[in-house]
Amino acid sequence: MTKHIPEKVSVAVKSAIENPERRKAIKRIFRHAGVSVFGAVVAQAAIFSRPARAAKILRPPGALPEKEFDSTCIRCGLCVKDCPYDILKLATWADPAPLGTPFFVARQDPCRMCTDIPCVKACPTGALDPLLTDIRKADMGVAVLVDHENCLNYKGLTCSICVRVCPIQGEAISLKPIQNERGLLQIPTVDPDKCTGCGTCEKHCVLSEATIRVLPRELGLGISGTNAMGRR
Amino acid sequence: MASLLRRIVSYVKSHRWLLMRRSLQILIVLAFVVDIPEVGRIAHGNLSSSLWFWNLPLTDPFVLLQSWLAGAPLAQTALIGAAIVAGFYAFFGGRIYCSWVCPINMLTDAAYWLRQKFKIKGNLTMSQDLRSVLLVMALVLSVITGTLAWEIINPITLLQREIMWTSAVGLTFLSALFLFDFLLTRRGWCGHLCPVGAFYRWIGHYGRLRVMAVKTNACSGCTDCIKVCPEPHVLAPVVAQKAMAVTDSDCTRCGACLDKCDGGVLAMKLELRGAKSFRGIPIVKID
Repeated sequence: MTKHIPEKVSVAVKSAIENPERRKAIKRIFRHAGVSVFGAVVAQAAIFSRPARAAKILRPPGALPEKEFDSTCIRCGLCVKDCPYDILKLATWADPAPLGTPFFVARQDPCRMCTDIPCVKACPTGALDPLLTDIRKADMGVAVLVDHENCLNYKGLTCSICVRVCPIQGEAISLKPIQNERGLLQIPTVDPDKCTGCGTCEKHCVLSEATIRVLPRELGLGISGTNAMGRR
Repeated sequence: MASLLRRIVSYVKSHRWLLMRRSLQILIVLAFVVDIPEVGRIAHGNLSSSLWFWNLPLTDPFVLLQSWLAGAPLAQTALIGAAIVAGFYAFFGGRIYCSWVCPINMLTDAAYWLRQKFKIKGNLTMSQDLRSVLLVMALVLSVITGTLAWEIINPITLLQREIMWTSAVGLTFLSALFLFDFLLTRRGWCGHLCPVGAFYRWIGHYGRLRVMAVKTNACSGCTDCIKVCPEPHVLAPVVAQKAMAVTDSDCTRCGACLDKCDGGVLAMKLELRGAKSFRGIPIVKID
């Protein structure tokens, strides 16, 4: 075998040819690397093409911003177990959220805002921020009166159920009088700095589809600053 | 009556490792689901991370590694839990997880059992290194995507969630996995694909709990142990009498070989003294 190797072949190549074991090992490593890279590209495409978290998916109190939450949460379900009102679920493939992450849907079962926040205490990784000790500082989302057309208070009635059920009544949501052609209307108005996004108002809205809804903050609120054209 | 009793005793004796293994697996599944009266539930969470006996945190080091690679800061409780688990498997042997803890093992063992009952011979050959490739992929993908890549399909916690919340959404995947092992490949999932097993194999490479040949001259060379072994290559050096102990980290310590061996050649032992063999070559001491 070895006598056919030309003189000028470099030492490295020569030793590889003379050493079929090593040659095989190098080949194997490269083949595996190739499969890994190809597979990773395909899998990455699959991961990114998954639909993002839907707006109705709300995270438990103290949850980190969604992107960090996705990497920090290890899908153990300890928060789910410790919720005394059993509002939390772990996402299955049928839910519009990453598999195994905890969530609640406000319209079905809102957060009761326990003052000792057992779900945060249960979290082993800090995906639910342990620095959150006051439930009133929680930020699960923000309530937004999305449908002015169907809200009974906008029609001149004094339903106001959303204001009356709010656990931070009078601060997070209050009635503000507005005079228009229908007369004096009492409009439920949310203070986004006080609202924790617990979802009690959405749960109790008397209409068959809630007109007030809790949305993740980045969806529910505008931010003043420069507009898309760069003007203030 | 006496003969029935004798048959039961002999059955238990020849399946003692299997029965111990199954009981532990089932107990672990039940610990997360059943509320014991007056005591409550002894394990909370799931196999990703759990709290046992209200105080002992356990965390899957593989899940935590993915989380860390995805960019998460490490938290104390999770780190302690992962250190306990990793320490245990590093000392005793990594793939103990596969055959004594993992609930998917019951599914794939059932598939394998059926496969033998139906005498299915066809076998899609795959490289056993595929699981290492999948392991590397899962870790690289966690870095790229910032999410826990393997947890998107991990059937272990998927099965657990299905049991705990009696949901059926993941059943398609689990039954696909079952059929894959049943019809396509012998020990396909656990023996070739699962990166969790590959990870624990890597952790427990120097695990000290080992299947050892204690009565080598009693071996009749029937190779029954190799036939029942889920990772047959690990036993080859022992049966060929080139090693006194199974040193390959693929060994899941399931004890199937011990159940099968009539001569009592093999035993599961903690090998605390130095290695008796190196890469399957026995170390001979000269006095």
